[in-house]
Formats: sequence, structure tokens, C-alpha cells
Amino acid sequence: MNKPIRRVAFVAMLMFALLLANGTYMMIFRQDSLAAQPQNRRVRDAEFAQNRGAILASGKAEMAKTVPSKDRFKYQRVYPDGELYAAITGFYSYDRASSALESTYNAQLAGTDDALFVRRLIDMATNKTPKGATVQTTIVPKIQKAAADALGNQKGAVVALDPKTGAVLAMVTSPTYDPNDIASHDIEAAGKAYDRLASDPQRPLTNRAAREIYPPGSTFKLVTAAAALADGKSPDSMVESPDRLKLPGTRVYLSNSTNCGGTKITMTQALRVSCNTAFANLGMDVGATKLREQAQLFGFDQRHLSDLNGVASQFPDKLNDAQLALSSIGQYDVAASPLQMAMVSAAIGNDGVLMDPYVVSSVRSADLKPIETHKPQQLSTAMTAEHAAELQQMMAEVVSNGTGHNAQIPGVEVAGKTGTAQSDPKRKPFAWFTSFAPVDDPAVAVAVIIEDANIPRSDIAGGRLAAPIAKAVMQAAL
Amino acid sequence: MATPVTVVPRKRRGVELVLIIFALVLTLGAYAVVDLNVTGEVSASLPLVGGICTLLALLAHIAVRWRLPYADPVILPCVVLLNGLGLVMIHRIDLINDPPLNGARQQLIWTAIGVILFIVVVVLLNDHRPLQRFTYTIGLAGIVLLLLPLVPGLGTTKFGAQIWIHVGPYSFQPAEAAKILLAIAFASYLVEKRDVLALAGYRILGIDLPRARDLGPILVMWLISLAILVWQRDLGTSLLFFGLFVMMLYVSTERAGWAVLGTLLFAAGAYFGYLNFGHVRARVGAWLDPFSDFDAYFQVINAQFGMAWGGLLGTGLGLGRPGLTPLARSDFIAAAIGEELGMTGLMAVIVIYGLIVARGLRIALQCREPFGKLLATGLSFAFALQVFTIIGGVTRLLPLTGLTTPFMSQGGSSLVCNWIVAGLLLVISHQVRKPAATVAPTNPDVEQTQLVKASA
Repeated sequence: MNKPIRRVAFVAMLMFALLLANGTYMMIFRQDSLAAQPQNRRVRDAEFAQNRGAILASGKAEMAKTVPSKDRFKYQRVYPDGELYAAITGFYSYDRASSALESTYNAQLAGTDDALFVRRLIDMATNKTPKGATVQTTIVPKIQKAAADALGNQKGAVVALDPKTGAVLAMVTSPTYDPNDIASHDIEAAGKAYDRLASDPQRPLTNRAAREIYPPGSTFKLVTAAAALADGKSPDSMVESPDRLKLPGTRVYLSNSTNCGGTKITMTQALRVSCNTAFANLGMDVGATKLREQAQLFGFDQRHLSDLNGVASQFPDKLNDAQLALSSIGQYDVAASPLQMAMVSAAIGNDGVLMDPYVVSSVRSADLKPIETHKPQQLSTAMTAEHAAELQQMMAEVVSNGTGHNAQIPGVEVAGKTGTAQSDPKRKPFAWFTSFAPVDDPAVAVAVIIEDANIPRSDIAGGRLAAPIAKAVMQAAL
Repeated sequence: MATPVTVVPRKRRGVELVLIIFALVLTLGAYAVVDLNVTGEVSASLPLVGGICTLLALLAHIAVRWRLPYADPVILPCVVLLNGLGLVMIHRIDLINDPPLNGARQQLIWTAIGVILFIVVVVLLNDHRPLQRFTYTIGLAGIVLLLLPLVPGLGTTKFGAQIWIHVGPYSFQPAEAAKILLAIAFASYLVEKRDVLALAGYRILGIDLPRARDLGPILVMWLISLAILVWQRDLGTSLLFFGLFVMMLYVSTERAGWAVLGTLLFAAGAYFGYLNFGHVRARVGAWLDPFSDFDAYFQVINAQFGMAWGGLLGTGLGLGRPGLTPLARSDFIAAAIGEELGMTGLMAVIVIYGLIVARGLRIALQCREPFGKLLATGLSFAFALQVFTIIGGVTRLLPLTGLTTPFMSQGGSSLVCNWIVAGLLLVISHQVRKPAATVAPTNPDVEQTQLVKASA
């Protein structure tokens, strides 16, 4: 019977070998994904009980910090000015996950990032509680506060960029929320707070500045103007500007909401008064392909600011002439985030060079050693410097002498563009304003949107409601 | 003509004692580490627990030294270590609750009962061969025990499986005892019938198939296994018994056809179970894709989380969170070991199980009479199959089945029965290795140099 017993022994050996191999496999291939599972309470509790790194605004102002607490988690996450910075910090909760920088920089903040490996070993050896890395943002508290104050409790968003670097100086979205409520160690209360916010029809958890796209309305005329300049037009080129324009292939007429000042006007004049028919004609002259290319050069159809999960703005793929005419004035299926419209102004102000927007400038370990540092990056050359200078002057005209006069700042030359957009005839219009200042050496570019502008449908909505907010933000930045 | 050579094996009782002391030091050290890491101080019960453990291990050793001097020296220390580690882990899980539970105390009592029965086997049985006389009595007792939980009013359903019986305040898992009885019954039955089963049959595609009329026993076992699967809803026990029977049939007849037939029958039964029973499907679902339903597969998922959390080296005894996994002290004790002692610790435990199995199969190979051979193979293989199924289930190598982790899981019936298995293996190994009682006629002129003096 020895032969079958040897075979049985072989089978038994195989079973034990399988157990050992499976254990090895588990450690190599399954461990990380298991630890990353959101339902993993061991990891979650350990992380929640960590001395998490701070999130700082420029000037070392703390947007999020960690203080010792006496309960089972040892440390409590605190947002000293929670509502003001919620769109950037996001929240960090026990069982409702996390958002914004708390989510994208979780590994660094928690100290579990691979770059912090040596630090962790030292802490383990010296028996110190490991401390997470500090995330330094580009947010300037003064500008952020000015934006929040100016926006008040109107539903909307404000983005301010440094045109030369792409740094996000301010990002406000309204209505906002207090992340302290969701970070509470009273897990049940925190869960209820989250559920209440998540089901709120006003959607306070949404970052309207980077994660929502709206029809950009007349602010998109900047893109059309840039495409026209690249196509050989000049600011003084004359454009047909009839009172109403029959859209090719339809029986629909596009009308102007302002007096364009004649049926044939210069491009500068068309932008100054935001003349719809003139820009529809310009767009149709340039053609869909070139207009789309220009939009993409400004950053449309790409995601930006991945740290905050920014979404891509859209320029439609296929257009007939009527749709092209509407797209040229920022209607039809064109949709842009406030961040995108700030990027358009920033690129024009920065002599045509579009910088990649960013919000985190550096990550430093607890001993202040830099782990990651952001270097400003050029995203594209959206316009030649020459055309950009021409468009800058056209935009300056809009503020000094046109629909954007509410954004004038004494002693500073401001360039801007208003917009009012309609996505649905039953809805109230969106009021837009995008601008930069000073014109000759821009320090800040701003985009403002107000949803549900409580004002009759007219092109002046952007000028009347959004421009003063942009002005306040630019004043704070200068 | 070669002269018969009598090699008298060394007794190696001293080695066994040293290994047992090593196992005790590990156990008591681990117990103290748990206390220090959880409460910050060594509990007052440590000297008492340590004393009882040492006493029990030494009693077992003395019984072996007295009655089975030639028994295998590795099995007992392995068993002591596994039992000790299980005790430590249960003590650790006790401490999660405030006030602590006293699962470790119960386990210690069961350990004592197990050791007493081990000593009874060692001292009173001493020789396995007489068991052959009671083939049918033992077999019947085994089958009755196996099916006992199905008796209305006696069996109770726990965690979806009806494998427990309740008598008054006591509960018992009769399958554990049935495992031993049936291994004995199979062994003696097959030794008796193996020629018939082996020699008559057809040959198809190079595989010898048995005659239809000889299929009786295997079909009966198959039906019993299916009955366990259907009515007791216990995939593990069903697999264990059928696997045990088929393997022994194969070993006794040396006919691969039986193994092939058995595997096919098992596959058919398992597929039937998968199609017809929600609980089997749920187990397979939890195995293939546990994250498809977090709440339903909570236990398997949490065991995975625990082992991932422990990583390669473990969190350290008392520093993990095994309490987050339901049934960490019984079915999932391997996951708790994996969490706190790491995959390294769990693999060490698996290797210790492997050592016991290897020693058991070695005894079978050395044994010169068929009953002992078959019994040792059966007990060792059933042990291996049980370890493979439960630890494989916990580590997601296989679908989970509700078998116990031998010597470690909390639970009296399993612990006591496995001590008896250890006793039986030692009994067989002693009978195998002890020198023949009669002194062979020797011729000094042709004596070989390696001839060693005979001792009683």
C-alpha cells in the first residue's frame, strides 16, 4: 500500500504548498487593495486617529489642522474658517469618506505616502507618533475673504488666478458648508450632517467653481474674438451686425439684447457692447474647426485642477451653421466652468500664454522638508503675444467704456467681459463676468458666476451683478 | 542468504521533552505579551494558567514515556504548541470585551479533558489492532453520531449549519467524534474487503473501474455525505467524510479508478449543492467576489482586512483588532493569528500542521500491517484536509466551510477529538517502531555492524 500512500502524501504536501503560496499571493497582490477599501475599519480607524498634517493658505494661515482630543481617536480635525475654505480643503470624515484636498492628498496628510517612508521608520524607531505632511496651498486669505464677502449668500462661484503662474488665489463657491460638522467624532451626528448636506437641493457640497459647467454666454465671445484675430481679423475689422440674424437653415432669428450701434461695426465695438449678431457672423466666418481649436487652446475639452477633481469644459463636436452661430456667443452646447473662464482671461492677460492652474504649491513633511514642489507649467500658447495685446485693449474698452463699467477700479486699468447665459428658458439666467487687471502687467484674473440672477433677461446681468464682485476680488489682490 | 537485521529505533523521549518545553515557553511568553500589550500588566492568572498548561503537557509526556516509549517524538510537542497558541489567541480575544470574557478558561478546561482522553488512549488502548474487532459497531456508531444533529429536538442550527446537538446545557458537535470512529471503521472494513474491491472490475481508458455490485459502500458514503450537505447544510463536514472515505478506498485497493470515481461523484454532489442551495451559492459568491455584497460577506471580508492589516509580520499580539471579525475565536482564529502574528506567523502555524501530517503519513509508510497503515493514513489525511479546507477558506483559497481549526478553535468537541487523534497516531507509531517482542535467532559470525542492542 506504500505507493498510494506516497501519492496521498504528495496530495497533502500539495495542499500545504497551496496554503503557503496563497498566503504569499495575498501579501503581494491583495494587501494594498484590501487596505485601500473604504469599508476597512482597521485602516479607517488608524487613519482617523492620526496626527494629520495641516492644509495651509499662503502666509501660513491654517485652513485645516489637527488638535489633540481626549476620545478614542486621539486627534480631531479642525477647520478654523471652515465655511470659507470648504471648497478647497474639502472634509475628512469617519464614514462619509473625504473630499477635495483632504481626499487627493490623503496619503501625504496621513503620512502613509511612500515619500514619507523613511520618516515613518524613524518615528517607529524613536517611538514618536508619526505626523502627516503639511499641504501648502496658493490660496490668499485676503482675496478669498473678499470674494466670499462680495458673493455673499448668492448662489454662484468666484475663481481668482495668478495669470503668470496659474496659481489659484481664491476659489469660493456658494452656498458652502462647514466641514467641522462632518469631521466630528460624534460619528452619528457627523453622518447626519453629511446626509443633510448631500440631500440639500442647493447642493452646498458641490464645488461650483471647478466641478460644474455652465453655458458661458457672452464671456465666450472672448474665445470667438481670439479665433477671429488668429484668422486674420483685426480689432478694427468691420463686422455685419444686423438687428436680427436669421440662423442658416432655420426659421429662427438671433436678436441683439443691446444696441450694437449700427449694422456694420468694428470688432472692438462689437465686444464693447457685446453684440450677438456680430459675433455670430464672426464665428461663422472663422468656422467650427478653428473656433473649436481656439477653445481647446484655452483649455476646453480637458480636465484642469485635478487636485480638486476639476471637470472639463465643453465645446461641441459637430456643429451646423446655426449651431456654430449660437456657439460663437456661448450658447447651444458650449459649457464652461468658472475656472475655465478665469483661465481664458488669464491667458489673454498673460500675453497669450495659458498657465496650468494649480492650488497646491508644496507638500512638506513634518520636519519641514519639501516632498513635492509645484513649478508653474505652461499649458499652451493660446494666442500670439500680438493678438493677445489687441484683445487686451478690446477688453479694457469693455470695462472703461462698455458693459463692464461696474468693474472699474480707480487708478487701475481693468480688462473684462460680461456675460448672461440661458440654459433653459424657464430658468433665471446665469450672470457672468471674467476679467484681469492691471492690463499692462496683470496680477490677477477673475471669473464670477451667479446662478439664478434675479434680474430681467438682458445682457447687463453680468455687468450689474457679477462685475462688482470681480472688482472687489481684484482690489483685494492688487 | 542475508541475515535478518533488527534495527532498534531510538526512543527519543528526551527530544520530545525538550520540544514540549520549547512549546510551553512560546505559549506562556505569548500569553504574557498579550497581557502586557492589552492591559499593560501581566494578569494575575498567568501563574495558574502556566501551571496548568505545564502540568497537562508533562502528564501527557509522562504517559507517552511510560506506555509508548517508541512513539513519534514530534507530534506531541506540535500539538502542545498549537493548543497553546489557540489558548493565547482566545485569551487575547477575551480581553477585547470589558469585562473580559472567560473563553480561555473554558478552553483550558476542554484542554484538560482532551489531555485526559489522550492519556486514556495512550495508557488503556495502547495498541490499535484490537479496534479491528469492532468494525461494524464502530462504523454504525460513527454514522449515528454523524446524523444525530438531524434528530428533531436534539439538533440545533448555529450560523446556518445544523451540526450541533444539545443535551441539557451542553452542546456538542458529533461530527468530530464521528470522524475518528469512521476512520477506524473504514480502515478495518477496507482491509477486510480490499481484495474484492481491487481485483474485480473493468478497464476503460486505462483506468480500472470497479464492478457495479462493489459500488455499494462508496454510494452509501456518497449519499450520507449528500445528506449532510442537504440537511445539515455543512459543506465542510460533507467534503471531509467523503474525501476521507474515497482516499482510504484508493489506498487500500491501490486502484486509481476509485479516486477518479470519487472525485467525479464529489464534483457532481458539489455542483448539485451549488445549484440547489442558497448557502452553498453564498459561500461560493463570498469566495469569488466578496466585495460584491459587503454586508452579506462581511465576515470573509473582515478576515481579509485583518490579515492585510497584519501584513507580513503582524501587528503584534494584542495590538491588532481581531475583534472586528465575527467568530474570530472559533472559525476565524487563523485570521486572528494572521492579523497579530502576521502572514509569517500564520505560515508557521500551517507548517506545524504540515509537520503533524508528515509524521502521521510517515508512520503509515513505516507500518507493516494494513490496518495500522490505513488508519494512520486516514487520520493524517483527514487532518490535512480539515486544515486545508478551513485555513484555505479563511485566506480565500477556497470557499469557506464551517470546519474547526484543529487544536486552535474554541470549542470542546473539536479539541478533545483531535487530542484523541494525536493519541491514536502515537499508539500506532509506537507499535510500528517498537522492536519485535521476540528476539530473532542471531548468528554472531555474520552479524552486521549496525546491529544495535535490543531493549525492552
